[in-house]
Amino acid sequence: MKTMSRLLAATMLVAGLAGAAHAKTFVYCSEGSPEGFDPAPYAAGTTFDASSKPVYSRLTEFERGTTNVVPGLAESWDISEDGTVYTFHLRKGVKFHTTEYFTPTRDFNADDVIFSFQRQNDKNDPWYSYAGGTWEYWTGMDMPNLVKSVEKVDDYTVKLTLTAANAPMLANLAMDFASILSKEYADKLAAEGKQPDLNQLPVGTGPFQFVAYEKDAVIRYQAFADYWGGKQKIDDLVFAITPDASVRLQKLKAGECQLMPYPNPADVEALQTDDSIQLMSQAGLNIGYLAYNTMMKPFDDVRVRKALNMAINKKAIIDAVFQGTGQEAKNPIPPTMWSYNDNVQDDPYDPEAAKKLLAEAGVKDLSMKVWAMPVSRPYNPNARRMAELIQADFANVGVKVEIVSYEWAEYLKRGQDKARDGALLQGWTGDNGDPDNFLAVLLGCSGVGGSNRANWCNEEFNNLVVKASKVSDVAERTKLYEDAQVIFKKEAPWATIAHSTTYVPMSKAVIDYKVDPLGSHRFDGVDIAE
Amino acid sequence: MFGFILRRLGLLIPTFIGVSLVAFFFIRLLPGDPVLLLAGERGISPERYAELMHRFGFDLPLWQQFITYFTDLVQGDFGTSISTKKPIFTEFFTLFPATLELSFCAVIFAVVLGVPAGVIAAVKRNSWFDHTAMATALVGYSMPIFWWALLLIIVFSGMLGWTPVSGRISLMFFFPKVTGFMLIDSLLSGKAGAFQSAVSHLILPTIVLGTIPLAVIARQTRSAMLEVLGEDYIRTAKAKGLSPFRVVAVHALRNALIPVITTIGLQIGVLMAGAILTETIFSWPGIGKWMVDSIFRRDYPAVQGGLVLIALIVMGVNLVVDMLYGLVNPKIRHQR
Repeated sequence: MKTMSRLLAATMLVAGLAGAAHAKTFVYCSEGSPEGFDPAPYAAGTTFDASSKPVYSRLTEFERGTTNVVPGLAESWDISEDGTVYTFHLRKGVKFHTTEYFTPTRDFNADDVIFSFQRQNDKNDPWYSYAGGTWEYWTGMDMPNLVKSVEKVDDYTVKLTLTAANAPMLANLAMDFASILSKEYADKLAAEGKQPDLNQLPVGTGPFQFVAYEKDAVIRYQAFADYWGGKQKIDDLVFAITPDASVRLQKLKAGECQLMPYPNPADVEALQTDDSIQLMSQAGLNIGYLAYNTMMKPFDDVRVRKALNMAINKKAIIDAVFQGTGQEAKNPIPPTMWSYNDNVQDDPYDPEAAKKLLAEAGVKDLSMKVWAMPVSRPYNPNARRMAELIQADFANVGVKVEIVSYEWAEYLKRGQDKARDGALLQGWTGDNGDPDNFLAVLLGCSGVGGSNRANWCNEEFNNLVVKASKVSDVAERTKLYEDAQVIFKKEAPWATIAHSTTYVPMSKAVIDYKVDPLGSHRFDGVDIAE
Repeated sequence: MFGFILRRLGLLIPTFIGVSLVAFFFIRLLPGDPVLLLAGERGISPERYAELMHRFGFDLPLWQQFITYFTDLVQGDFGTSISTKKPIFTEFFTLFPATLELSFCAVIFAVVLGVPAGVIAAVKRNSWFDHTAMATALVGYSMPIFWWALLLIIVFSGMLGWTPVSGRISLMFFFPKVTGFMLIDSLLSGKAGAFQSAVSHLILPTIVLGTIPLAVIARQTRSAMLEVLGEDYIRTAKAKGLSPFRVVAVHALRNALIPVITTIGLQIGVLMAGAILTETIFSWPGIGKWMVDSIFRRDYPAVQGGLVLIALIVMGVNLVVDMLYGLVNPKIRHQR
């Protein structure tokens, strides 16, 4: 009995000590596994949440909870008169993470910036093909054509020369692919012949440093004491990878994690009234649309497109497909984005007027195809259901619809075909918060046969958008984009359907989490109540 | 016995070639390709598309791709994943212990409950136990795994709080992997409570994955026992005055087990299929979920490498089952 009570006392002592040295651990029930820990070769948000957001910093950063671009590793910058030369003045005294596998001997400097960009841009760089050479966003954001050179002026000054003025560049540099890696670490790995480790054991200057990854199960980070932005309030950050949304919710409720992404839309209503959970939401930076092929008859006639737009009952779609967790779209950019033109009048839901307009255009007994994606996307959780509702709406105005669908990759491929037969359900989630990323990519003339699924090339619209990308004054750019939205609505290459809402359920103990309009999940600045 | 094993091994060669062929062409039959999926909604320029296809070697004629793949395969090189850029072999064997551990527990669960249930149901034929057990088995066999798993989670983890919701061990425990088997590693770690935590995490996934095999084994045992119990030698055994227990356990069960062992062997394939769903729901880091993700990404090397590795393992298991079969019934090993 005596031994027993001693044992008990000892246990209590240990428990007490553990309590005193208690580290604040934040557990995030993430939805999937990162493909790697070097963000640049990849395009998936899941990968960015686990790599660029906690581990790395960039020259410019998005302010938490907004799309505002603020200084990051670059303290300030100058832009030349013609907008083609950016001179970045780098922050001094920034430390890289010291980990079990790497101890830095110097602070962050211009060499790291050159290394991080050059490896993606220069096919002769020894690091160009280390991760398969798939620099998804570098090529996706057209950086090879935009960037003429990246040069080191001195240890703390970098000069970026562009081929032409490009206003969204500062926002591009805040994106995940532009994360700054340590050249010293890369050199060490190259010398040891361990190049793949750059993608497995990351070293950055970000708020959290990497500790361990157990594939498909758990990722562990700890707060970086020397982070240039100050040490975080939480000590340990853990990602518990939980692919199923219902299970994530159960884990959150059971206290096995503090925050989860992507709840099932069907669960949102119950979550709103659940006292044990705080539910944050934000209008997502996305658009779900129906793109007519404006190159094909009769959709080359604006009256036909307008008429069909008037036939769609968007409210019913929001209720049925988004279960109320979305809002009707009238512009091709979401309302949270700067330059959103709220003065634009949406085409009203008016089947009678639609019928009249179709008759006026001389269209009788139209039968068409509507393409429905086979997968659920943030901007359209159930394309098949949406297509069925549109089918019924169009039937009301005498238009017969056949719904077609293909496997996802095939859908993406065939959807780009200029000779595509029918209107296509598709959507977009913003990359960098810049209107150019929607208007130029999705509706510019250069995207015809590619990301411009309506194959719509309107000279007036295109000129405005191209011009806006070249001026750096935000007020002037805003005006140009607002005008472009007016033309868009008048010409109606798409039926703009919905912007979805992002919901993030979390424990009541979570303090100061901000929902990222760009759709990522970041934990810098977050705290938990004890 | 040695000759028997050699003969069985010889049969594996054509099977291996066949499996490599099927694995290679199966994933390529699916529409879409990995490069298009990488590009997503953004689309990709034809030049860049051609460049990436070339980089991965997908621009070569199919037969040439197959020869490269097969030559690498016989040299033990299973290729590199397009998505993670890591060798398939490493990826696979990082995850495989988790699947093996879960499958093993599920088989034990199914056998330990299924065989006695089948035996009792046969001996007490048409009793209430027989009817209940067989009806339950039928329900278990037709249970949708996804629904069953969520139901168990909601009741036992959510409402009662008896078991953790998902994962392999509490996040509190953090120790290096030695074997990859959590039950063993948690013991090796020497941390108090680690083993208990690993066991508690195994309970629900084991039940879910073991349910269908349990139902099959119970039904199979019952019918095999019924057949054997009607044989002359059982009547002889009874006539000799042996105790009813000895008659059933030694004389009947030993003979009834032969088809049951085959069934258990065949259940390995069922387990693999069940593992995909079970692993997804319980966030179990195994190969089932990895294979599905790879198929969705059209990660050709991962899918074909993974399929070949799974096939090799299943072939190995079947070989062992055949040998056990031979041990249980000497007639079989001398027949061929």
